Amino acid sequence: MLIKKPADVASSEITLRRAYLSRRAFMAGGAAAGASLLAGRKLLEMAFLTQVVRAGTKLNTVKGPFGTDEKLTPFKDVTTYNNFYEFSTDKDGPAQLARDFRTRPWQVRVEGLVQKPRTFDIDDILKLASLEDRVYRHRCVEGWSMVIPWVGYPLSALLKQVDPLGKAKYVEFTTILDPKQMPGQRSRILDWPYIEGLRLDEAMHALAILCLGLYGEALPNQDGAPVRIVLPWKYGFKSAKSIVKIRLVEQQPISTWNRAVPDEYGFYSNVNPEVDHPRWSQKMERRIDGSGIFGSLKKIPTRMFNGYGDQVGQLYAGMDLRKYF
Amino acid sequence: MTRVGWLKLVFFLVCLAPLAGLFWKAATANLGANPIEIITRATGKWTLTFVLVTLAITPLRKLTAQPWLIRFRRMLGLFAFSYGCLHFLTYIWLDQGLDIHSMTKDVSKRPFITAGFTAFVLLIPLAVTSTRRMIQRLGGRRWQWLHRLIYVSATAGVTHFLWLVKKDISRPVIYATILCMLLSYRVVVWAMPAVLGRRRRAAAMADVAGD
Repeated sequence: MLIKKPADVASSEITLRRAYLSRRAFMAGGAAAGASLLAGRKLLEMAFLTQVVRAGTKLNTVKGPFGTDEKLTPFKDVTTYNNFYEFSTDKDGPAQLARDFRTRPWQVRVEGLVQKPRTFDIDDILKLASLEDRVYRHRCVEGWSMVIPWVGYPLSALLKQVDPLGKAKYVEFTTILDPKQMPGQRSRILDWPYIEGLRLDEAMHALAILCLGLYGEALPNQDGAPVRIVLPWKYGFKSAKSIVKIRLVEQQPISTWNRAVPDEYGFYSNVNPEVDHPRWSQKMERRIDGSGIFGSLKKIPTRMFNGYGDQVGQLYAGMDLRKYF
Repeated sequence: MTRVGWLKLVFFLVCLAPLAGLFWKAATANLGANPIEIITRATGKWTLTFVLVTLAITPLRKLTAQPWLIRFRRMLGLFAFSYGCLHFLTYIWLDQGLDIHSMTKDVSKRPFITAGFTAFVLLIPLAVTSTRRMIQRLGGRRWQWLHRLIYVSATAGVTHFLWLVKKDISRPVIYATILCMLLSYRVVVWAMPAVLGRRRRAAAMADVAGD
């Protein structure tokens, strides 16, 4: 069912993607030549979009741990199918609406129960530790999944810089609040700014990364530029995007989705095929891997902790995961 | 062909446009990262849209005094049913992969699937009895009663839409508002003679008392 590939093909995959995109543009071009004006406009849009997502600067990366040999989700899908409600509730909205989002200057304040609170400039964050390629599975609470070659380093590397106090039990992440640039924040779909949270031991786990890019390039705006969190064993919405503040606290933070619909989105939100969303099953997922209508016909079973149980299982030992969903 | 006949032909082609659009997108690999989601949403949207347009025919022709509009109603209703079939097929084949077990569980366990399934099933008898012969066999009155099922189906369909979205209910609310208006029209028309009659009687009584 899955096309097996060696784990270390990430860099050659980028070249393939370029070739693939230009081939597609060529084929679409041929088709459009004989077709209507409308199709021509669509093609222009496509070409423009391709140009924008390519604008990401190349990052110097080293190979990171926890790879997977599953087929990567194409760059195009990772950058045109986004849940980023700050811009739009439509999946194809963020790619358009985040086009001019300003990611410089950008600072991240790390504060709260820490010895040395500090404001980091994004360019310092980029140099804080060596950037690793981390190929992770990404499971959305809606029932689809991707395999994404993220670029980043352990979140713990940043947290260690500020010396958390013994009292600190939780970490709270805040996304930028900027309704002028983020049209979605002008409507009250959710309580802005977006808040997410983790237990400190979850945040310090080797799988949890501070993410600065994907496919070897700086993060595209629609994927949470310039800096986001990535937590592969939790549903996607736990991985806060475009963060400006990290706060260490004693009490469990109330995350935005948990506040909005408490019985549907819990604080933990670990990927768990045994605990259904109240309105739909979480047993299966549709893998978005670029194989189109016929390739995505078959759903694949969702795995406990998104297949990272060996790594994170002990964090939840003895916990009733139905209660702490 | 008569003028209405020509208009019907044009309308027929217009009603096919959403389907043609989907085929075009599929042929040019433009259905996005999750093609099945796009197909499911598009067919669902057009089913509900055609249901509402069908329901709008009666108010429209009465309020604008254009009786010929009634000649489009059956076609629009059958388009609603056709898009509904495509939506249902997308669900059972593309989404569920024809897994009967998982589907029966879905229909009983997931309220939004139950609502959608109800809405679709209720359209079947209406489509089956849409021919002239069936109208004659049933008799106008019985046929009309049966076809009032569309009110239940439309309500179930809009509820299905409302229940399936994660948080942003702005689009389902538009459909719900339009449906409310279309159903309110029927309630008003149904209640009006009674209210008017009572008022007329009251006025007559007042006249008598006054003199």
